[in-house]
Amino acid sequence: MKLLYLLPLAFILTACGESDAAPGYSSLLGIDYPTLWFLVVGAVFTGYGILDGFDLGAGAWHLFFRKEESRRIALNAVGPVWDGNEVWLVIGGGTLFAGFPVVYGTLFSAMYVPLMLFLFALIFRAISIEFRGKEPMQWWRNMWDVSYSVSSALLAFLLGVVLGNVLLGMPLDDRLEFSGDWLNFINPFAILVGLTALALFMMHGAIYLTMKTEGRLFAKVNKLLQKSIIAFVLLFAVLTLYVLLYIPHLSDGLKENPLLLGVPILAILAIANIPRLVSKRKYLPAFIFSAITVGLLLITAAMELYPVIILDSSGSGNDITVYNGVASNKSLGIMLTFVAIGGPMAIGYTAFVYKTFWGKVRLDEHSY
Amino acid sequence: MDVEILARLQFAFTIAFHYIYPPLSIGLGLLMVIMEGLYLRTGQKVYETMCRFWTRIFALTFGIGVATGIVMEFEFGTNWATYSRYVGDIFGSALAAEGIFAFALESGFLGVLLFGWNRVSSRVHFIATVGVFLGSMFSAIWITVANSWQQTPAGYQIVGEGMDARAEIVDFWAMVFNPSSVDRLTHVWIGAFLAGAFLVLSVHAYYLLRGRYVELSRKAFKIALVVATVFSLSQLFTGHRSAEYVAEHQPAKLAAMEGHFSASAPADLYLLGWVDKENQTTTGIGIPGGLGFLLEQDFAAPVTGLNAFAEEDRPGQVNAVFQFYHLMVAIGMVLIGLTLLAVFYWWRGRLFEQRWLLWAFVWAVVLPQMANQFGWYTAEMGRQPWVVYGLLRTSDALSSVVTANQVLFSLIGFTIIYAILLVLFIYLLNKKIKHGPYDESDIDDRPLQENIAKVAGGQL
Repeated sequence: MKLLYLLPLAFILTACGESDAAPGYSSLLGIDYPTLWFLVVGAVFTGYGILDGFDLGAGAWHLFFRKEESRRIALNAVGPVWDGNEVWLVIGGGTLFAGFPVVYGTLFSAMYVPLMLFLFALIFRAISIEFRGKEPMQWWRNMWDVSYSVSSALLAFLLGVVLGNVLLGMPLDDRLEFSGDWLNFINPFAILVGLTALALFMMHGAIYLTMKTEGRLFAKVNKLLQKSIIAFVLLFAVLTLYVLLYIPHLSDGLKENPLLLGVPILAILAIANIPRLVSKRKYLPAFIFSAITVGLLLITAAMELYPVIILDSSGSGNDITVYNGVASNKSLGIMLTFVAIGGPMAIGYTAFVYKTFWGKVRLDEHSY
Repeated sequence: MDVEILARLQFAFTIAFHYIYPPLSIGLGLLMVIMEGLYLRTGQKVYETMCRFWTRIFALTFGIGVATGIVMEFEFGTNWATYSRYVGDIFGSALAAEGIFAFALESGFLGVLLFGWNRVSSRVHFIATVGVFLGSMFSAIWITVANSWQQTPAGYQIVGEGMDARAEIVDFWAMVFNPSSVDRLTHVWIGAFLAGAFLVLSVHAYYLLRGRYVELSRKAFKIALVVATVFSLSQLFTGHRSAEYVAEHQPAKLAAMEGHFSASAPADLYLLGWVDKENQTTTGIGIPGGLGFLLEQDFAAPVTGLNAFAEEDRPGQVNAVFQFYHLMVAIGMVLIGLTLLAVFYWWRGRLFEQRWLLWAFVWAVVLPQMANQFGWYTAEMGRQPWVVYGLLRTSDALSSVVTANQVLFSLIGFTIIYAILLVLFIYLLNKKIKHGPYDESDIDDRPLQENIAKVAGGQL
């Protein structure tokens, strides 16, 4: 979990070169507050991607396990931590709302339908975990297993769809409000990002499960892991090609500043390292590298966007940037103080929980 | 239906449903801290069994609370985008603080609280229980501060004009300690303690009536009774303080709460009544001039009425505000009466012989829940037509790009999902209660926590 300390740092290093002074905003270490807050929001969502990523991924695999015992172990592998992981989403939403209220309003109201589906899936997933083990009937457990697995997969997919559309941009008017048709959010690129996110999380989740399981279930997880690595690498390759061929605005930044190419190259190296570590049965390092992959891919996306957060695709130049969609300097200063105090504390509790439940799953009377 | 009505309905419905659970988590959290504290102090197994039992019920309320809580946060952006832009600087920062300081603490320790009984020492487990409880208390602080700022804005300045106007922080501490936040926070906290205490009272009263888990239930009932008595009495005080701030800062809300129309005349204090908005009359039983006496200790003191405000600046649903407010107060009085009566019998040593009183406690579990709900209805409906009092109208706060059909779709979705959720919650709560703190067959086989830790073999 020390990794989490490094990610914000990586964000800071990558954004350093680009920050130009914003009028009326203070700066720290040469980085102005709006950019710093962009890094905070990015770091929280990266933390969310890494943490909820593996439990969503583990959930998406759930129906692949056939035996009751296997399903219980898989569920209890994420049992003590999924709730804490989800909190990172709540914090991410709060930091976005507070720091970039214009982005929050425009993005969330534009993506009304996908986000409502996301919320429905989130609730179904939570109640599936809670209620599955409360009755012994087979039909009851099967019902919640399906609901748990489908909602986990749907959440991973929808996260990708939202990210894909943010990367693409959307038509905005001069009041920085969405001016398009929400049905356009269903497009090939967004769906491709959605599927890639699902494959990435399933790989990440499978690696997590290898650390939590033993015996035949472990062997099964290992097999599934191999498949998910192949699926993810293929989808990632297609996605990269798609960006290079059809979405020039996403690669222009890199072409102008080749130094920044280091980040996506590191991401590719991290991905390549995963099958190597898995074949050597080094699961913890493999997990760390799949976490790094999630982080580096999100950093690449953030670098492509910055300083724009939502690109106006209508061509009228009404982009929402970290400067025109941001809260006041005073508010950012207060919240940066919160993060400086609360951030290390939050990482501390998270580390404590993971340490407590380290190792293979042992079912007891408190398990799901 | 138009998008404003639908969006308001959806927000009201989702937040009212959500608010069944957090008060239970806060209240049960307090009782679990007391129970586990007693266990650590006395080493008596009965307190540990009690605490483990309530932890299982706590898990249920907490899980649903988290799942339905994220909905609220998202809805600010999805349905109330103009509001989000307007208050992001202030409301958003309170929400971010809630996430960073409260939720992280709460859910960090939750895993240890629920699943760590056999994995950590009893002392570390107690720290986890306290951590979760404190997290839920902090959470209440930030969200109540945020809402109180909407009731009595302070420490801000307005930047920009028309639809581009927004509020910015100028003085953080003035924003946090705005005129209503402290009184409303204590009112909210105590309401939550009562919700938790009355659930514990209800379940153990039921066991006592059925003759099950008698020794454990007597102890638990007494713990919860102390909490319930202390806090139902102190709620009277915080409630009065809240009414005073409303009188000073939100006179239109106060006028609606008592159905007082004439712009400046002595106002009656009703026990119960009915408001006829068309004819501007309120009929009911009350103390003539009582409101002026309550606020200024003078029966002849004039109180500002609804007619002092322009038609478009008054709460629309005057009778509803009146009824919810009076029901909340009436329930508060019933809770005081019930707990004092129980304390009286306890003092006379005949508490557990009063079967009718125990039955009353079994059903009284719904009362604090109702009072919490009605109190919020009063606060929120009484603030209308404003979403931020005096600054931003609810009708101006909507998302401009969201259509009525979209909201209808999500409203139907939430209605179906929450109906399922409520049925499951009640079913499982009932099942857990029927199952009880332990199987009567293995009454003494259940090892103490320390023994399990030893068996588990050096897992700390």
